[in-house]
Amino acid sequence: MLTLDNLTITYERHPAVHHVSGHFDEGSLTALVGPNGAGKSSLIKALAGLLKPSGGHIDRHGLAPSDIAYLPQMTAIDDNFPMSVRDVVLMGHWRRVGAFISLGKAAFTAAYEALRAVGLEGFEKRRFSSLSVGQQQRALFARVMVADCPIILLDEPFSAIDTRTVDDLLALIHRWQGEGRTLIAVLHDMAQIRAHFPQSLLLARRLIAWGPTAEVLSAANLEAARLMGEAWDDHAEPCAGAA
Amino acid sequence: MLYQWLVAPFADFAFLRRALVACLALSLGGAPVGVFLVLRRMSLIGDTLAHSVLPGAAAGFIIAGLSLPAMSLGGFVAGLAVALMAGLISRITPQKEDASFAAFFTISLALGVLMVSLRGNAVDLMHVLFGSILAVDDPALYLMAGVASVSMAVFALIYRGLVAECFDPTFLRAVKAPGALYHSLFLVLAVANLVSGFQTLGTLMAVGLMMLSATAARFWAGEVWGLIAVAAGISFGSSLVGLLLSFHFDLPSGPTIVLAAGTVYLASLMAGPRQGILTGGARRRHLQR
Repeated sequence: MLTLDNLTITYERHPAVHHVSGHFDEGSLTALVGPNGAGKSSLIKALAGLLKPSGGHIDRHGLAPSDIAYLPQMTAIDDNFPMSVRDVVLMGHWRRVGAFISLGKAAFTAAYEALRAVGLEGFEKRRFSSLSVGQQQRALFARVMVADCPIILLDEPFSAIDTRTVDDLLALIHRWQGEGRTLIAVLHDMAQIRAHFPQSLLLARRLIAWGPTAEVLSAANLEAARLMGEAWDDHAEPCAGAA
Repeated sequence: MLYQWLVAPFADFAFLRRALVACLALSLGGAPVGVFLVLRRMSLIGDTLAHSVLPGAAAGFIIAGLSLPAMSLGGFVAGLAVALMAGLISRITPQKEDASFAAFFTISLALGVLMVSLRGNAVDLMHVLFGSILAVDDPALYLMAGVASVSMAVFALIYRGLVAECFDPTFLRAVKAPGALYHSLFLVLAVANLVSGFQTLGTLMAVGLMMLSATAARFWAGEVWGLIAVAAGISFGSSLVGLLLSFHFDLPSGPTIVLAAGTVYLASLMAGPRQGILTGGARRRHLQR
């Protein structure tokens, strides 16, 4: 479904991901794991087509980058901007309607169904900014659902979110996988990953391990990733001192 | 009595009718510009664009005297140039967009005043800075009506994209929509409306009317289209009241209009149904609904 060939990404002139090769199978559910600064967000942005690889290649097997639903970290949204929950979910139709085509009845029906699926029935007319963080994330999941894409990328979907919402959204993720979609999510909670994500990709700027979660998240692999994460900090200090 | 106060001035004097129509055009064209500037926290940028029109208009004035086409064209070009440069500078240097706008704001104002003084006198300077709404002629009226019409049509076309771009720019980039194009078109419309207002209210007062009505609207309406409608209403209402007051009490019309809008703003701030100071309970109701 998605094949990475010797992929290298630089982000704001700093190398973020080096020489990653591998393959996401169709219908797979993969957790993207790694220490802070490991390049997880850069990799997921490159998969979404938001960052151009500086080396190597991403083969989407005939899909356009816009066939991929991407849910960024929540900080990217201006939640002071007055949007109703309904309008936020309707944005998910963008791929089909763009800026000009009329939404039509079916689009609204799909939006209301998605809101019911994420447990926000009756919240249609509420302001997005008046929702709790968990409810906002539910609304954004509804937007992903409306987009109806074969590939779904989630960047830290559960950070700062209450456990009940996490459980509901995990159920939704399993439902999406059951529908044959390919899912990749940046996550931190190892117990959660072991329980819910069959595949894992452990990244520390370069690929440490990629495959079945039980093998990837071995003590030896996690230790290797941790040591590499500390090595960047050691390297960063003299630079900061010199500047 | 009421007729004498409210209707007779417009019935009797053609220049007041023209001024009123000019204000209607300004209000309709300027409302969406002001609302999006406020929502994007770009209020200062509105000020800067208004001032950056000034050296361009002054260049037109130096070349052709008090000629509307020359000054409008000069103002439009200068406004666009500043908008482009500020955007460019924020992209190639670590300087934030609003900081570079603040720098251009001062430079433009100083340069504009200097240029007008080179060729004209104090009256000309006052004319450029504060406009002359009671001397709106046919070409000026056509220009303003034209700008307002085109601007409303373009806003209708890019509305969905612009709202999405303001709320979640990353989403638009992910679906490969031209978010930057919507933003640029918006800046062009902002400059066009400021140029159109500069003839009647002057650069300083035009942006004042635009921003005051847009900020006041936030206390009355929730959604973007509602904000625009309320802002247009406040803007035109303030113009009407301002024109009448300036006529009856022999006050300069531009500042009177802006002060009328300022009064509406202060009243909205105190008693507006959405999070006004005296009506703070609305916030709790709003959260529960």
